[in-house]
Amino acid sequence: MTLKEAFESGEALRAYCQENHVSIAEAMQRREVQTSERGRAEIREEMYKNLVVMRESVYEGLTRKQQPVSGLTGGDAHLLFKYGKYNPYSGSNACRAAAAAMAVVEVNASMGKICAAPTAGASGVLPGVLIESARERDWTDEQLVDALFTAGAIGLIFARNATISGAGGGCQAETGVASAMAAAAIVELSGGAPIQALDAAAMTIKNILGLICDPVAGLVECPCIKRNALGAVNALICADMALAGITSLIPFDEVVATMLTVGKDIRSEYRETAKGGLATTPTGKLVAERVRRVRGDK
Amino acid sequence: MKETYSVFDIIGPRMIGPSSSHTAGAVRIAKVARHVAHYDVAEATFTLYESFAETGKGHGTDKALVAGILGMEPDDGRIRDAYEIAAEHGVLVDMIYTDEPSPSEQPNTVRIQTVSSDGTKNELIGVSVGGGKILITEINGLDVEVTGEYPTMVIRLQDKPGVIAELSTVLAEMDINIAYMKVFRHEKGEDDFVTVETDLKISDDLLKVIRERCASILNVITV
Repeated sequence: MTLKEAFESGEALRAYCQENHVSIAEAMQRREVQTSERGRAEIREEMYKNLVVMRESVYEGLTRKQQPVSGLTGGDAHLLFKYGKYNPYSGSNACRAAAAAMAVVEVNASMGKICAAPTAGASGVLPGVLIESARERDWTDEQLVDALFTAGAIGLIFARNATISGAGGGCQAETGVASAMAAAAIVELSGGAPIQALDAAAMTIKNILGLICDPVAGLVECPCIKRNALGAVNALICADMALAGITSLIPFDEVVATMLTVGKDIRSEYRETAKGGLATTPTGKLVAERVRRVRGDK
Repeated sequence: MKETYSVFDIIGPRMIGPSSSHTAGAVRIAKVARHVAHYDVAEATFTLYESFAETGKGHGTDKALVAGILGMEPDDGRIRDAYEIAAEHGVLVDMIYTDEPSPSEQPNTVRIQTVSSDGTKNELIGVSVGGGKILITEINGLDVEVTGEYPTMVIRLQDKPGVIAELSTVLAEMDINIAYMKVFRHEKGEDDFVTVETDLKISDDLLKVIRERCASILNVITV
């Protein structure tokens, strides 16, 4: 099997990895070297820069109260992070990952610097899960860079065979795909086989299949920030399930195809247009009106 | 396109929030306006249309536009302070949110009018088409299609046979590789307009040589 074919589906990727005795992260790097004609060191350096921005955005969002331009949100990540130190129901690691995920999206909403993964609106999930899990497990930056290549490979297949945009497939295609990427990444980092990583990714999407994109006032804030928290926890529990030996009855590729079918069936009101769902609740409309009214100010 | 996705299309870009079409796209359009004004902008008026007008304020599009006119890159952490920085530099900015239809017939559109320190006026219309990509549809009243991804020259030529051949010969002799080239004119007998996208940036010195060697060139705007 060629590298090009390896990224046509999850099954092809699994087969390639098995044939060549490599990880998903290794296969992804080989393909990137081939298609970009850049050296391995160069692409790893580029990915490391993404990791640095991810880490800085987590830090920025957790340590400083963010002030989104809309004035609607900000500060929730910090609240959850503080609370998470005192025996939270979701567990301290999950709680911290969720808080970190929210932190990044708050930074994004405040015109701070983030790394899209796969989009800006879903940019919290991957750093939330990776950076916070790394804290407990002493993962090195080299390992985290590998994990980002694993995550990228999963995202690439979604982009190729389905969609990774809220306008194309709803929130399932944004925070959903981000969770699938994060789940696969930590499964592989923990020594899981490619099939386990794919199963973890499949399970995350199954959990939130059909999730709509209904941003209040059309802004990447409500419900996006909290859905990144959910995305982080979803990734963690699915990674745990896969590592525990639980498999996905519906294979990864069929889940990807279903996500696309469901995404197309979601009416356009629920695909980023802010014309349905939470955006058109009485409160949602009121907030939208308020945001619109301040637009003349500086 | 889908076949050629890079891993960095999935993990990346590193960007300023909240959305690439509202932030990065807006910065890039305004940067083109800065190029057109030869990096000399004393005053800038931005007119925002449709979704830029509707949600631009909440997305910080206005700040991104001001940042671009000041020459900041799309990933500059100071974008959120663009108004203050403009004030420090004495650049006057005006933001107009209008309900009028978009002149480009697309959402996420802005018209940017600039005045340089010597009083020279320039104007363009730009569209943020998604993912941080842009399309400039009009420069100084002239219909164009400029993506800003390559260095671009918008050239006004005399409308007579052979002018395009002359231009491409001059560029070839100077070893300037043409990535894309588009020729159009508004009406028969009027001047031709050519947009040439090149692999390499055209310096002012190079531009001077091109103008000297190609007699049919009436005017050039570099982007």
